[in-house]
Amino acid sequence: MARETKKRLNQIVRYFILLAVGFVMVYPLLWMVFATFKANSEIFSTISLLPEKWDFSAYAQLGETIAGQISLGKAMVNTYTIVLPKVVFTVVSSTITAYAFGRFEFAGKKAMFAVMMSTLFLPQVVLNAPQYVMFNQWGWMDSYLPLIVPSLFAVDTYFVFMLIQFLRGIPKELDEAAEIDGCNAVLRLWHVIVPMLKPAIVSCALFQFMWSSNDFMGPLIYVNKVSRYPASIFVKMSMDADAGVAWNKILAVSLVVILPSLIVFFLSQDTFVEGISAGGVKG
Amino acid sequence: MPLPDSALILRKNCFLSERMGKTMKGFVRKNTGLLFALPWLLGFVLFKAYPFLTSFYYSFTDYNLMRGITETGIMNYTEIFGDRDMMKAFGVTFKYAFMTVPLKLVFALFIAYILNYNLRGIRWFRTAYYIPSILGGSVAVSVLWKAIFQRNGILNNFLLVFGIEGPSWLGSENWALFVICLLRVWQFGSAMVIFLAALKGVPTDLYEAASIDGASKRTMFFRITVPLITPVIFYNLVTQLCTAFQEFNGPFVITQGGPNGATTLISLLVYNQAFKKFNMGMASAQAWLLFLVVGILSGIAFVSQKKWVYYSDEEGR
Repeated sequence: MARETKKRLNQIVRYFILLAVGFVMVYPLLWMVFATFKANSEIFSTISLLPEKWDFSAYAQLGETIAGQISLGKAMVNTYTIVLPKVVFTVVSSTITAYAFGRFEFAGKKAMFAVMMSTLFLPQVVLNAPQYVMFNQWGWMDSYLPLIVPSLFAVDTYFVFMLIQFLRGIPKELDEAAEIDGCNAVLRLWHVIVPMLKPAIVSCALFQFMWSSNDFMGPLIYVNKVSRYPASIFVKMSMDADAGVAWNKILAVSLVVILPSLIVFFLSQDTFVEGISAGGVKG
Repeated sequence: MPLPDSALILRKNCFLSERMGKTMKGFVRKNTGLLFALPWLLGFVLFKAYPFLTSFYYSFTDYNLMRGITETGIMNYTEIFGDRDMMKAFGVTFKYAFMTVPLKLVFALFIAYILNYNLRGIRWFRTAYYIPSILGGSVAVSVLWKAIFQRNGILNNFLLVFGIEGPSWLGSENWALFVICLLRVWQFGSAMVIFLAALKGVPTDLYEAASIDGASKRTMFFRITVPLITPVIFYNLVTQLCTAFQEFNGPFVITQGGPNGATTLISLLVYNQAFKKFNMGMASAQAWLLFLVVGILSGIAFVSQKKWVYYSDEEGR
């Protein structure tokens, strides 16, 4: 009996911890959502989550431009003008690279693979200055090219790594059978590997979607024209412009900016969790 | 999609004889792989190897985008070591990394451990814990953090209910870095998910055997669980260390490196040198020092893993 009570107690303690931590994790986000419906004077004067009086003025101001040059809508369009091609290019180039390393033997493969893996730990900060000089020489400043073009070349090693891990789990016999049936390497990639790899490819796409929507430093370095700023910089600008004055508006802007990521996450959270565990555990 | 055995063997045999017959085919095969690796190779040379080596070279010059190179030598490095602000930035970066990484990992492991009990509603908790990681580096979350921790922010309002007058979190040299650190610890979700997957992989019969021998939960955790998941601890440690040393968005958006340089991490210095003053030489020297630090720390982790990371035979790695 005592044992049973102890077990119960443990169970309760565990739930309590989980709930307490969950509260701390989610509360800031919930607060943010409701703060956008509060009048500015109310935001920091009460601690209640729900607004005393629902106020939609923050949302009414969302169409406003900053410095007459950029609006939230335009900034969002800019973001996805960068993100969408980047996602597609990353997925395609990473899959091809993973296929090369996961399924073929070639001279220098081992060395190349080792080099590739070591770039996982290469801080971007070391590369920034020369990359800037290079893109500057190519006349790519103030375009999205420095942000998009590298993704054509599988520069995000993390995704290649993740795909290789998945690829290892696909039986080689499938490729071999297809080869006997007359499929060449490209057809095998398309008809055998890609369908089997689909879950991993989807999770790469999702991760890249999130990460590049959040990217701040890249556009900060390479995009100078205000009208071409993506949403991440727009948020920073609106904070600098309205801080201390219109927090409800700043928070509303922030919320709208992260909304697409949140929606994508809720629609696909299992894929996310699988992707991240596979990348980490099998490595 | 298993093929019938006989068909499989037949196909394999055909495959082998064909391969023996034509060495040409083997040759083509070799090149096919390389051909598929070509885009990566090209990108690697152009966007990684070349900038990597160039920045090493730049670090020994006074390269400024407007002026060009007028002088070469080790002056950037001597300047960094002689400059109090820059040395402070290194100190702050260390402090930040050594606060954030252990806190985040211990917390992630702890929560993953609790989640690993088959409790009801796990999915909900997992989702709740994971959301902050998804929003991760977004500026929007940094904005939210500022709203929480500013002088009259929600945290201080909350403390006031208990009659406590909270400090000016972002204005105090002691607290500001900790606030940035909390922002990253709050995003422990991805490390947690990785731990959780690893915990699920620990064979339950080990626990059963240990509990028959009378081992306590605590002993089991430190003697069975932790040793078995050391590969994942290692993975999380190295990746988190690399990210922590490169932190940029948090301090840039929330504190702009202040107060009095208390949250000026190296990445902020590099950004200012490279893209505000266009001193590519100095920026490269700072970046290289940072890289050396990360490299040495990862090196220590890699060398020491023989001593503490347990790889089971069946994993074969």
